[in-house]
Amino acid sequence: MRRARELGLQLVVPVVVLLAWGLWSARADNFFFPPLTDILASFRANWVFERVPTDVVPSLERMLAGYALAVVGGVALGVLIGSFRPVRWAADPPIEFLRAIPPPVLIPFAILAFGVGPQFKVFVIAIGCVWPVLLNTVDGVRGIDATLRDTARVYRIGALSRLFSVVLPAASPRIFAGMRTALSLALILMVISEMEASTNGIGFFVLQSQRSFAIPDMWSGILLLGLLGFVLNAGFVELERRLLRWHRAAQASALEAAA
Amino acid sequence: MLEVRKLAKSYRNGAQATPAIKELSFEVHERELICIVGPSGCGKTTLLKCVSGLLPASSGEVLLDGRPVTAPPEQMALVFQEYGRSLFPWMRVDQNVRFPLRRKRLPRRETDRLVAESLAAVGLFEFARHYPWQLSGGMQQRVAIARALAYQPQILVMDEPFASVDAQTRAELEDLLLGVWQRYPVTILFVTHDIDEAVYLGDRILVLTARPTVLAELVEVDLPRPRDQVETKALTEFAQLRARVYRAIRRD
Amino acid sequence: MLGRLAAGATGVVAPLLALELLARSEVLPQREVPPPSVWLQVLVQQLPAPAFWADVGSTLEGWAIGLTLAALIAVPAGILIGSSRLGYQMLRAPIEFLRPIPSVALIPLAVLVFGTRLQNKVFLVTFACLWPLLFQAIYGVQDVDPVAVDTARAFGFGRPARLLRVVLPSAAPYLATGLRIASSVALILAVTSELVVGVPGLGRSINVAASSGDYALMYALIAVAGLLGLALNAAFGRLEGWLLRWHPAQRAEAPA
Repeated sequence: MRRARELGLQLVVPVVVLLAWGLWSARADNFFFPPLTDILASFRANWVFERVPTDVVPSLERMLAGYALAVVGGVALGVLIGSFRPVRWAADPPIEFLRAIPPPVLIPFAILAFGVGPQFKVFVIAIGCVWPVLLNTVDGVRGIDATLRDTARVYRIGALSRLFSVVLPAASPRIFAGMRTALSLALILMVISEMEASTNGIGFFVLQSQRSFAIPDMWSGILLLGLLGFVLNAGFVELERRLLRWHRAAQASALEAAA
Repeated sequence: MLEVRKLAKSYRNGAQATPAIKELSFEVHERELICIVGPSGCGKTTLLKCVSGLLPASSGEVLLDGRPVTAPPEQMALVFQEYGRSLFPWMRVDQNVRFPLRRKRLPRRETDRLVAESLAAVGLFEFARHYPWQLSGGMQQRVAIARALAYQPQILVMDEPFASVDAQTRAELEDLLLGVWQRYPVTILFVTHDIDEAVYLGDRILVLTARPTVLAELVEVDLPRPRDQVETKALTEFAQLRARVYRAIRRD
Repeated sequence: MLGRLAAGATGVVAPLLALELLARSEVLPQREVPPPSVWLQVLVQQLPAPAFWADVGSTLEGWAIGLTLAALIAVPAGILIGSSRLGYQMLRAPIEFLRPIPSVALIPLAVLVFGTRLQNKVFLVTFACLWPLLFQAIYGVQDVDPVAVDTARAFGFGRPARLLRVVLPSAAPYLATGLRIASSVALILAVTSELVVGVPGLGRSINVAASSGDYALMYALIAVAGLLGLALNAAFGRLEGWLLRWHPAQRAEAPA
């Protein structure tokens, strides 16, 4: 009974908002805000599943490629920087500067370097997403419990074994936090780079629709992007929940023991 | 087997140097169970870190089987006080116990046997597939001990391993340790702040002073073995030894 | 300490030197990748130019107005939602749903409604900054020590007084964190709207420099954007650090 009530409460606002929007937009004859039914029809026509291979797939491909590069690079560099103090001291100032550069600003440079194709988009996504991953990895590596480190040393665990069986798992909660931030950033940078220079993709579609005044199409694209953002985030959170179950359980039992 | 010669350790804090250990020299013989007691902050942990090669000494040396200790030696295993932070939470109990054995490159069957035996020796065989955080504090410390045992060290160094558990669990773990020590050919260096524990467990007791630490007294414990929580502690010799250690600690 | 400074300086100087060598020796094409000495010079040359400062001012204008608007909306809303259990339950799902929507998806809408004027930039910045500020405000209010609130209530403080004297100070570090995050989001969105839509500002000038082949200027302006971001990060980071330091959760207890 209580769960039903909770669920009901959670649905109240969305339902009310949708109804209100639907009613107002149907009545209001506003050019910028077409009736909800039109938008939904457009959504169905475009994204179920007509444009999926032509726009959604290329967009996602680029996004995931850039994201993967950022994660691998960020973790690798982060482990290096987090493990050796002189490296961290040297890397700190340039990293502080580089990560402060708003990634969209690098798009003209990226186009210069890679031409107008998928590569520059992958580059922009990668360069933008690497910082949250890298910084969180550094924090995660530095924050590894001293006792855990000493244990590995006392038992003379080899460097490679230490890296993959001790350092990375111990730092993984922080790394995942960085990866989560990077994921939403990846989506944003994908859209921006497509709006700037592209021949296909969801971002490109939305901008094109606006330019050719196909307003319901534009909104359908916006809706799709919102859905994508939500699904990607929810999927990632679920993945994290499963992979890091040990971490939550260990923390919970440590809290209990301290109580 | 283990020889500590004129060991000294100071910590630098900028220009200042705080001496933790002023000078310590002692010997540990094979298969001995040596206890180290001292007041709080007397550098017991520092001593262990130097002995185990985790920390370099400021002067003096530590020799294991005649060879100087500069890094954690192969034949040594360490059991920390904070068991919760020394077991890897992303590994199961058996994986934790097995982990140090990877380096030894033993055949799979041999490793399995060692893991099973050491878990059985500490009474946790049925919990092999649990995760450390699913076990109580005392059980987790037993896992840490099993891990050290499976490693088959010649010398086992223990840093106040039973300090973080309740008194009854502590008594159980003390007896467990004695049982294990009887069965396996291992030398034990046991650090504690609990005087009763030191007298109950040890062959000899090294009493340390407060900082800057030196050896206050070396106490021979010739209470009969096997020791018993009730009977041994009821002996007059026990009380006498306990008093002697207590006075040695309070002396300065 | 000195070692740290030396290492840091090396970290900055070494890559620049390497770039300089690579560019001058034509390993990297000198036209597209001018040596740092060239574009650093261009950067310095920009400093007296009024057009440059107009750009910087324009970017900062959108940044500031958008951030302020977002704060004015999100902080009170967050405090309200965070203080009301019912409110939080009802609104949690919708705001969690709206949160991952990339604000840049609204760029075309913004163009439609506002054209290429300042309002376009402000709209995007505001929308994007709402979320981090809202969530940090909610977390901040939810994290207030209930004992502190009860104590205040026991002393006869009414709701508004409790809000002012207990809740807000306790939530302040969270708000500072939110501001720091929102500040960099704001800069990204401001620059994006300049880049993609052509609203005046640094982003547009970078685009113009690139398309007219003045690559040295492009690099110089990119560096300026980075320095701007760095300065803003540093300022808000300081604020956050200062507020965190006196927060009761951070203060270490003196040993009894």
